[in-house]
This record gives sequence, structure tokens and C-alpha cells, in this order.
Amino acid sequence: MTNQAYIPDPPLPIPQRNADNAPYWDGAAEGRLLLQRCRKTGQVWFYPRQISPATWDANDVEWFVASGRGEVHSFSIVHRASEPGYRPLTPFVVALIDLVEGAQMMTNIIGPNALDVAIGDKVRCVFEARGEGINVPQFLLEER
Amino acid sequence: MAKHMLSSAASIAGVGESEIGKVASQSGIGLAAQAAKQAMDEAGLRPSNIDGLLTAYSMTEPYFMFGTVVAEYLGIQPSYLSSMVLGGATPAALVNHAVQALATGVATNILVVVGENRATGQTRDEAVAALSSVGHPYYEKIYGPLIPAFYGMIANRLMHETGVTREMMAAVAVNGRFHAGLHPNAHMSQPITIEDVLASKPIATPLNILDCCLISDAGGALIITAADRARDMPSQPVDILGFGEFHTHEHIMAAPSLTEFGGKQSGAAAYKMADLSPKDIDFAELYDCFTPVPLIEMSEAGFGTPEEAGELFLSKETNFNRKFPVNTHGGMLSHAHAGAAGGLFAIIEAARQLRGDAGGRQVAKRERAFVHNEGGIMSSHCSLILGAG
Repeated sequence: MTNQAYIPDPPLPIPQRNADNAPYWDGAAEGRLLLQRCRKTGQVWFYPRQISPATWDANDVEWFVASGRGEVHSFSIVHRASEPGYRPLTPFVVALIDLVEGAQMMTNIIGPNALDVAIGDKVRCVFEARGEGINVPQFLLEER
Repeated sequence: MAKHMLSSAASIAGVGESEIGKVASQSGIGLAAQAAKQAMDEAGLRPSNIDGLLTAYSMTEPYFMFGTVVAEYLGIQPSYLSSMVLGGATPAALVNHAVQALATGVATNILVVVGENRATGQTRDEAVAALSSVGHPYYEKIYGPLIPAFYGMIANRLMHETGVTREMMAAVAVNGRFHAGLHPNAHMSQPITIEDVLASKPIATPLNILDCCLISDAGGALIITAADRARDMPSQPVDILGFGEFHTHEHIMAAPSLTEFGGKQSGAAAYKMADLSPKDIDFAELYDCFTPVPLIEMSEAGFGTPEEAGELFLSKETNFNRKFPVNTHGGMLSHAHAGAAGGLFAIIEAARQLRGDAGGRQVAKRERAFVHNEGGIMSSHCSLILGAG
């Protein structure tokens, strides 16, 4: 699902595609959070790479669809933004999420109760349209 | 256990500190040159005696190959030269590299110099935007964070996992400002209280503006030479007893922990090289880009748990005239922060204290100092142990 129906002005940053992350952004465009893991060791990591950081072997890299569930490892409520598109959104939440699959990623906590966030809160991934057909993974607080 | 062959092999023979604050009359590299001149004079050297140059980078002035630019500006032609980019950890790492270059004989007198006009060389928005490039360009910056938010996440997790309180972090800022008031060249010297810190403008929770380092124009410099040569120079030598580095990640999303970082390993390596332990240290000059950081560094350097460190700050035992002085110049929260120069002032202050040159903020016990520099988001760590020579 996409959670945001409009594109703010100034726009929020559009992620850069590169050879490492094209499948990640393609997955996001289809509403799926794709992660990588090592075929040999099972290690899950974020962010996308061309090699397994466990073995340095490109053949060990395997993409899979993650559950999109996790919990808040830590967060900060930002009152001063440097990104022009984020300035009208202050205060907003930046957080690190421990995904149930084991990797950690950065996100905003979005939704009406985002500023109530606490460490350990359960969250789930949604996708935010940023224009140019790009969706960005974002996280909502689950009901407590 | 015997000392490492590099322990006490080299010494700081001179230190220099430029004008500090908003210095619109100087370029960043001009500030570096001011500091270099002072350090060279303290060592009793002339430009032609400098055969090694180690420097960092500039985010305000558009120079590629910063090291050769600095050499060119200073009119020297070194045979050993490098510019390193380890963020705030750069100065201590440059000291480490200088010791190795002196020991292997590839240089004789090394100038370590860093300067940037971060306050007047760019607008405040440009400064904040440039520094947000520390965030991962593909997977972090798209969420609108800024550096205080990264350290805010560390602070929140630290309070979640340990007994560290908001007041303990504020006390770190109060300690720095107290010392800056005793330093003739500090950027900010008006005293503040814990209440002032807690009531100051919120930036990224739990951090307020007074929990964040300054943005200054400033340059700093060291002359490093072999320990035996330093004994023939005019200033009292400051011996480099030990150093250690450790690098665990670059981006905060990839940090193995938000409460344990590479300072533990870098500190342990420095103690091992010096054949010393935390109880041998008289005072510490730590990296204080944000107020939670010195609490973590104190702990990783072996001076108690983070909350015990917080209690020391709260009870003012970290003041220069008390039990364990910390950041006796005011640190980057109050003395100066200008890119890689920020951490260099911790080394300069340790040297001045060890020489007994610190005036109204002189510590009483001044045999050995622990210095820590940290770069990125607690990513790169370099510890130094310095001794009065």
C-alpha cells in the first residue's frame, strides 16, 4: 500500500538507484521490502550489496521478501531539518528498526501517533510514494 | 609487560591554536597557517626544517588534494605528506601515523595541521546540509535526518539501557562551558547551568542546542618529532606513550550497537602500547560533539560505567581542580569545533596541561593524559596516551 497520496512541495528526497540497489527499489515500487541474506551462513544484512559480507562471495547473495515487521531500536524526534522537503514536516521521527529477520534499517515513523514512539514499539512497513514511480519504505506503529 | 617499541618514541614539540570563533578576516587555510606558525615557533624550527606534513580535509573550501594545497600555501616541499579523512578521529590518527613515520625514518619533523572556517565560510544551512552528507546517501538521507538525530538515537538508547540520565548529559555541557570560561581563546565562555541546557532550543530529541557542538572558525597544529630530538627543542616535550585505533562501521544504521563502540578497542590498544592502565591517567580530553558521547568514551576508556561517568560530571568532579578533570579547555561544546580541528584541540590542551602551561585551568596532577577522538557517527575511534616529558 502507499500511504501518501500527494507529493509535497518542496519534494521529499528521491532515492538514487544504482547497480547494488535496483532490485530493492523495484521491490518497493511493488510494495515489497526486499532484503538480502547469505546462502552459506544465513546472515541477513541491510543495505543491498554485490557480495555477502560474510564470505565476500557474490554467488552467496540471495534476495528475499521480508515480513516488514520489526521493533524500534531507537529514535529521535527531529525539530530542525536540513532537507528542504522535510522542513515543513518538523517535528518528525527518525528511527532505527530491528527487523524480525535480523537486519537493522533507518526509517521515519509515520502515522497520526508517530510522536508517541518509544523504544521497543512494534512497527510494520508501509510504502510512501515519492514521485517518479519510487516508493520509500516507511514504518507505522502497531497498536499497543 | 614491556612497552611497545613505538611507546615514547616520538614527542609533541610544539602546539599552535589560531584565532577562534567567527573569524571572517581569515580563510580556513589561513587559520591553519596561523596555528602552524605558532607550533613551529614553539619547537624552534623554521619552514625548511619541516619535511613531513599530515593534514585532513576541508568541507568549506573547494580544494582537492588538501595536503599538497596546505604545503603549497605554507611554501614547504615535504618528502612525507598525507591527508586523511576519518572525520573527527583524524587528528589523533594523524599523530599515530606521525609516530610511525618518525620511527621508520621517512620524516624528521612532522607538522600536523588542520583548519577550517566553518562559521563564516558557509551559511548555517550550508553547514548543516554539508554535515548531513555523513548520513548514507541512499538509505539514510532519504529520511531527512541530521547529525544530531543520529546522536539523539544514541542518547535515547543509552538512557534506555543504562542509568544515564538527561541531567548527566547536560552536566557534560556545563563542565565544558565552565572550563571555556577559563580559556583565553574559547569560542563560547558565558557560564551555563543544567537548567539552561534542558531549556535550550530542541534540535533532535533528547538533544537541545546546548547539547550540540559549536560551529567555529579555527585551526590547530602540532609539531611531532623523535623523542630524543624533542629534548633539544625549546618547549617541554610531551611524549606519545600509546595510541590505538578501531573502526566498526560508517553509518549509524550499520553500527553493531548504539551503546558500545570502538573506543573500547582503541583505548585498550593505547594502554597496551603504553604499558599503562586507566588508574595511571590523571585527566582526559575527550571528543564531545554531543553531550552523551563523553559518557560513553569515559566508560570505554576504563573510567567507570557511563552512569558513573555521569555522576562525576553531575558532582563537578570533572572540573580541572577536582578528582578527574575532563575537557579542561571546554571541548567542542564550548572551546571550538571546526571540522577535524575540533579533536586536535583536545590533543593541544592535553599537551599544554602536561607542560603546566594551562594557566588558570591548570590541573594539579599532570603526568599522563588520555585523549580520544571519534569520527562519523561513533564510527572511527582513535585514542592517545600522552605523558609529560
